[in-house]
Amino acid sequence: MAKGVWMVAEQRDGALRKVSFEIASAARKLADELGDEVCAVVIGSGVEGLAPELGKYGVDKVYVADAPVFANYTTDAYAAAVAKVVKENDPAILLCAASVLGKDLSSRLAGTLATGLAADCTELKIADGKLIAVRPMYAGKCFGQVVTSSFPQMASLRPNVFPVKENAKAGAVVKFDAGVSDADVKAKTVEVQKDASGKMELTEADVIVSGGRGMKGPEGYAILEELAGLLRAAVGASRASVDAGWRPQSDQVGQTGKVVSPNLYIACGISGAIQHLAGMSSSKYIVAINKDAEAPIFAKADYGIVDDLFKVVPEVTKEVKKILS
Amino acid sequence: MNIVACVKQVPDTEALIKVKPDGSGIDEGGIKWVMNPYDEYGVEEALRLKEAKGGEVTIVSVGPARAMETIRTALAMGAEKGVHVSDPLLDNTDAYTTAAALAAVIKGLNPDIIFCGQRAIDDDSGQVGSILAAILGIPQVTIVTKLEMADGKIKAIKPIEGAQLVIESTLPCVITTQKGLNEPRYASLPGIMKAKKKPVDVKNAAALGIATEPKAKVAKMTPPPDRAPGKIIAGDDPAAKAAELVRLLREEAKVI
Ligand SMILES: Cc1cc2nc3c(=O)[nH]c(=O)nc-3n(C[C@H](O)[C@H](O)[C@H](O)COP(=O)(O)OP(=O)(O)OC[C@H]3O[C@@H](n4cnc5c(N)ncnc54)[C@H](O)[C@@H]3O)c2cc1C
Ligand SMILES: Nc1ncnc2c1ncn2[C@@H]1O[C@H](COP(=O)(O)O)[C@@H](O)[C@H]1O
Repeated sequence: MAKGVWMVAEQRDGALRKVSFEIASAARKLADELGDEVCAVVIGSGVEGLAPELGKYGVDKVYVADAPVFANYTTDAYAAAVAKVVKENDPAILLCAASVLGKDLSSRLAGTLATGLAADCTELKIADGKLIAVRPMYAGKCFGQVVTSSFPQMASLRPNVFPVKENAKAGAVVKFDAGVSDADVKAKTVEVQKDASGKMELTEADVIVSGGRGMKGPEGYAILEELAGLLRAAVGASRASVDAGWRPQSDQVGQTGKVVSPNLYIACGISGAIQHLAGMSSSKYIVAINKDAEAPIFAKADYGIVDDLFKVVPEVTKEVKKILS
Repeated sequence: MNIVACVKQVPDTEALIKVKPDGSGIDEGGIKWVMNPYDEYGVEEALRLKEAKGGEVTIVSVGPARAMETIRTALAMGAEKGVHVSDPLLDNTDAYTTAAALAAVIKGLNPDIIFCGQRAIDDDSGQVGSILAAILGIPQVTIVTKLEMADGKIKAIKPIEGAQLVIESTLPCVITTQKGLNEPRYASLPGIMKAKKKPVDVKNAAALGIATEPKAKVAKMTPPPDRAPGKIIAGDDPAAKAAELVRLLREEAKVI
């Protein structure tokens, strides 16, 4: 019978990504309720040393496939490796990251393993021994509780939502041979073009300062960049400002942009169109700075200031400087 | 070339979504239905490939009778023909079953390339393209913002956190589309007229020989949790309001 809570850890450039610890912590919680083990899978090249770190967050065993073929992420190689070790061990639950690569991998695995996947979940529960995965649907306009009748019951976890909790377990390494070779890789990653700007990634940021059409033009963002620098925040944008060419597509938050869940989202000169809210309404705290008191963003905001952002934002920056000094 | 574009009919992004009182689904009354916005990029890219390399674009959709309108929209944009999988057993089914239905249709079309959206904005699941590729046993490149085809191969750009991947894949493959890939065209009036006469095959699950029992079921739907009403920081002086905001963020919310 299917048993155990499994997870796929995501690593990049020789380090585990934070979302992996979020998943490990969530997996531990489920496993404790079920009285089961947590096993993680780590795929990569030169990654064996990463395994013990997962132990810190409650992982009992770490299955590692370490080979040059895994140097760059490819769906073909990574999915084949995970599918092999999962088939051999028949876990009850398999958790992945709903990061960009995690979404690619988990959905392919759902196909390969012919099982159900609840994608981009924000809450996981156990009822009668089964996983109940809660996920936003219709751009967060409602939530669905997903129950999977096949095994493993798969879920991908939205980054930045599940708390990281230390809970030391063995994190014992079990190496396995995935039996994957270069010839198995039909879609090859031929180049990784790193963003050299050192910009913080929106989906991973704890704080986001975001600007819309109210910023008036690309220069307007300078005041947001300054505030973001102090708060160690990422800078986001509405579609209006991306479509106007003021900000790159990768900054867009919303239904056709990124879905973010920071602790704090500061919306400046953003009206709060339903498609924008779709991308940020799961933020823990929302601040709106907008000169129009009727702007729909205020209905979602925990704190609001009705005023000209060009007057307010520099003052916020001054105040933040004061408390940080 | 045989090019396939999968399209799903979804509620318009502006639609008010109300959960039925028993939590069994959403109330479909008053909803305006449109082509999933990501599928517009897929249809557009399919048409551009056809225009550059020759061939035919087939539109495939799984959905109730109303989904035919969305197929016609894609035909009006310039696709040649459509397949409509329509079966009450497949209404609101899961990603795996949808992909299985699509795979059963697409296998027979002998495609060189298949387009799906990176996700449908109703279920927001973002899985069907990958599962379809897995069932067909072909490679996938998901969330693509740039695509080139040459020498029987494709080269795609896939943005990830803090980087972009350049991926080369053999054909056939599944591509899932992201905003940025292209600017979808509108259907022209002559296009709309011509679309009425283009052939659309209608099939049910039995004809495709697929299992219809979903693997992942939405057991219950709930409205989103209420957010506590927010505070508007009153006053005329921007500096004073900014100071109060920073105080609240620090002392009350404890987020900075
Ligand atoms: C299919 C589809 C998908 C979409 N996807 C997205 C998406 O992913 N993300 C997204 O953001 N949008 C999306 N949109 C667009 C969305 O509908 C809105 O058009 C967009 O979000 C508006 O951006 P905005 O708030 O910056 O601009 P506006 O709505 O024009 O709002 C500007 C705001 O700035 C305020 N303002 C102006 N000057 C000042 C000032 N000096 N000080 C303070 N406030 C000021 C104004 O009061 C106003 O509220 C989508 C639309 C569609 C149809
Ligand atoms: N019922 C359907 N009929 C045709 N294509 C679909 C259907 N459901 C999903 N797709 C395709 O798969 C993409 C991703 O959908 P999803 O995995 O449901 O988010 C969509 O953009 C469509 O291209």
